[in-house]
Amino acid sequence: MWIIKNRKIFYSLSIILILVSIVSLFTWGLELGIDFKGGSVIEIRYTEIKPEVDLIKKNLMAVDQSISLGNYTLQSIGETDYSIESRLVSDQERQQIENAFSNNGEFKTELKKVNSIGPLIGKEAAQKAFISVILVLLCIVLFIALVFRKVSKPVSSWKYGLMALVALAHDVIIPTGVFSILGHFKGYEVDTLFVTALLVILGFSIHDTIVVYDRIRENLHHSHKDNDKKTFETIVGESVHQTFIRSINTSLSTILALVVLYFIGPEATKHFSLALIIGIAVGTYSSIFIASALLVTIEKCQKRG
Amino acid sequence: MFKRRFWAIILILIAVLIGYFVYSTNGVDSSKKFKLGLDLNGGVELIYKADTTGIAAADISGKMNSLKDLIEKRVNLFGVSEPIVQIEKVGIIGEEGYQQLIVDLPGQTDIDSAKAQVGKTYVLEFRFPKKELENSTSTLPVTANDFEATGLTGALLQKATLEFNQTTGEPNVALQFNKEGADLFAKITRENVGRPLAIFLDGNMMSMPVIREEISGGQASISGGFLGSEGLKEAKDLVSNLNLGALPIPIELISTQSVGASLGQEAVDASVRAGLWAFIVIAIFLVLWYRLPGFLAVISLSIYVAINLALFKLIPVTLTAAGIAGFILSLGMAVDANILIFERMKEEMARGRELGDAVKEGFARAWLSIRDSNTSSIITAIILYAFSSTPVVKGFALVFGLGVLVSMFTAITASRTLLLAIKHDHANKVLRFLFNSGANK
Repeated sequence: MWIIKNRKIFYSLSIILILVSIVSLFTWGLELGIDFKGGSVIEIRYTEIKPEVDLIKKNLMAVDQSISLGNYTLQSIGETDYSIESRLVSDQERQQIENAFSNNGEFKTELKKVNSIGPLIGKEAAQKAFISVILVLLCIVLFIALVFRKVSKPVSSWKYGLMALVALAHDVIIPTGVFSILGHFKGYEVDTLFVTALLVILGFSIHDTIVVYDRIRENLHHSHKDNDKKTFETIVGESVHQTFIRSINTSLSTILALVVLYFIGPEATKHFSLALIIGIAVGTYSSIFIASALLVTIEKCQKRG
Repeated sequence: MFKRRFWAIILILIAVLIGYFVYSTNGVDSSKKFKLGLDLNGGVELIYKADTTGIAAADISGKMNSLKDLIEKRVNLFGVSEPIVQIEKVGIIGEEGYQQLIVDLPGQTDIDSAKAQVGKTYVLEFRFPKKELENSTSTLPVTANDFEATGLTGALLQKATLEFNQTTGEPNVALQFNKEGADLFAKITRENVGRPLAIFLDGNMMSMPVIREEISGGQASISGGFLGSEGLKEAKDLVSNLNLGALPIPIELISTQSVGASLGQEAVDASVRAGLWAFIVIAIFLVLWYRLPGFLAVISLSIYVAINLALFKLIPVTLTAAGIAGFILSLGMAVDANILIFERMKEEMARGRELGDAVKEGFARAWLSIRDSNTSSIITAIILYAFSSTPVVKGFALVFGLGVLVSMFTAITASRTLLLAIKHDHANKVLRFLFNSGANK
C-alpha cells in the first residue's frame, strides 16, 4: 500500500532520472559504434612484447598524416592488445596501420579482429533498429489492450496499454541516458547489441507489468463479485503488494545471471550485459512503482473530470 | 500418489538421457556438436553488395541465385569447413533497396586471400592478332596489346570439360558455348578462315590455333601445352576455373569481419564459465529462498538447460557470443514461472489451504500470468529476428525465443510434476517449513 500512497515520491525520482538522461542525450549525444556509422575496427595482439602507447601514437600520427584516418581512437586492451577505430580503410591502408603497430616488423603482432563496415550497412542497421523498437512498442500496447479487453471499469483496457507504454518509454530513456553519459566520459559505444538490449528490456519490463496488471484484473473481478466496495486505489495497492516479492525475485535472479555474465563473460557482451542490468533494474522499478500507480492517477483524473 | 511419482521419475530419466545426448555428442568428429558462429570459431565474413543496375527486375532473383551457386562452388574449392553463402535483400526506406551476398568462412583467418578467392574473376577471351602483325615473321604477336577483341568471351560459355587426345593421350580442354556464343563463333570462323585465333585466359595467351573452316556447333578446344602430370593438373584447374567462370552480377565488398581463432576460443571459454556460474548463483538463490520448492525448481531448471542445449544441436542453432548471452539471460527468466507459482502457492497456504490444494491452486492461478507475460517476450523475439540486420542479433533472438518457449514448457510440466510428486502431509511441520520461504509476514 505504501507504494501507491507515496506515488508522488516515486514519480519525482523517475522524472529526475529522465530529465538527467534527456539533458545528457541533448548535450553529449551517443557515441555510435561502427555498425551504425560505418568504419573499421582493428584489434592487434602482440605475441611477445607489447610496446609503449607513446610509440604507437607517434607511428599512427605519421600514418594519419599520409592517408588521414579520420577521427580515429586508439585503445589499449589488457596486457597484450591494442584496438583502433577509424574511418573505413582499404587493405593497403590496413597494412600501413599494422606496420605502425609492429613498428615496421620490430614487434611481433597478429590480427586479432578486423571489422570493416561500409556506410550503407550502417544506415540500414540504424533504420532497422529504429523500426524494431517502434514495432515492439506498438505490438505490446495492442497485446495488452487485447488481453485486458474485458476490463473496462473503472479504467478502460487501452489505458492499461497506454500506461504500460509510458513505463516502457521510461525504461528505454534511462539506460540510453546512462550510455550517453558513459559514452562521453568513458567512450562507451552504442551498437546493434545495445539496441537488442533495449528490446529485451522492453520485453522484460512489460512481462513484469503484465503480471501486476493481471493481478489487478483478478482482484477487480473478486471485488466486483464480493461487492465489497473497495476503491480502485485500494485494489491496485493490494495487487502491487501481492506481486511485489515475485517481481523483485524474478529480476534478482535475472540480474544475478547478468552480473555473472558481466564480470566473467566474454569481452564482446560486457557492455550488452551492463545495458541489460541497468535496464532490468529500471524496468522492475517502473513496473512496481510507476505503471500501476499511473492507473490510479488516471482514475483520479477521470473522477475529477 | 504412486502414479505421480512414477511420472516424476520418468521425467527425470528422460532429462538425464537428453543430458547424456548433449554430453556425448561433443566429440571433435561428432555430427551433432554445437555449431559455433564466426565470433566463437574464428573466421572471415565478407559482405558484398550486388550491382544489379541494368538487370531487369524479373531476372534479378535468378541471377542472384546463380551468383550464390557460383560463389559457393568457389568457396568449397578452398576447403574451409562448412562455409555459408547467403543472399539477403536489403531495403532502406525512402531509397531503392539492394541485394547483398554474405559469405562466412569459419576457420579462415587470412582476409586478403579470402577476398582474392571469393571475388576472383576468370576472364576467357578469343582474340584476333592485329592485321599488321598477322603475316609478319619477325615479330610474333604475344601480348594482349597485339590483339583485338572478337566479342567472344567466357560469359558465353556453357561449360568446359576435360578430354584426352585419342592418339597422343594429351589432355585438352573442350569448350561448349551457349546459343548466343555458338552463333557468334560460327560467324567469326566463317568470315575468317585461314586466320589465327588466340585464346586468352586472364590476359595470358593459352594457344593460337588457325581457323580451317566454319565451326557451327559452338564447340572449341584448347590443346597443346598440357604436358606431363603438371599439364594434367593445369588442364583440370582450367576446366574448373572456366566452369566457375565470370560472375553473372558484379559485386562490391561493403563489409569485412575477421576474428582470430584465439579470440574465438577465449570467448567460448568465457561464455561457458559465465553460463556455469550463472546457473550456480541462481540455484543457490532459489534453494536459500524457496527451500524445497526451490530445490525442485533447480531440477526443472536443469531439465530446461538440457532441453535447450539439445535443441541447439538438433535444429541446429549457430551459437554466437550474443546467443549464449541470450541463453544466460533466459536462465534468469526461466526461473520466473517457478517464482510466480511458488509465491502464489504461499499465498494460498496463508489463506489456510491444505498443502496439496495450495500447490494445485498456485499452478492454476499463476498460469494466466505466465502465459500473458511470456507471450510478450515471444513477440519481442519474433520482431528482433525478423528485423535484425546482423547475424549477431538474429542469433540472439533465436536463442532467446527458444528459451522462452522451453521455459513455459518446463514450468508447467517439470515443476508441476515434481511438486505434486512430494507427499503433502499438512500436519508435518518439517514439510510446512520446507514449503515456506524467506519473507513470511
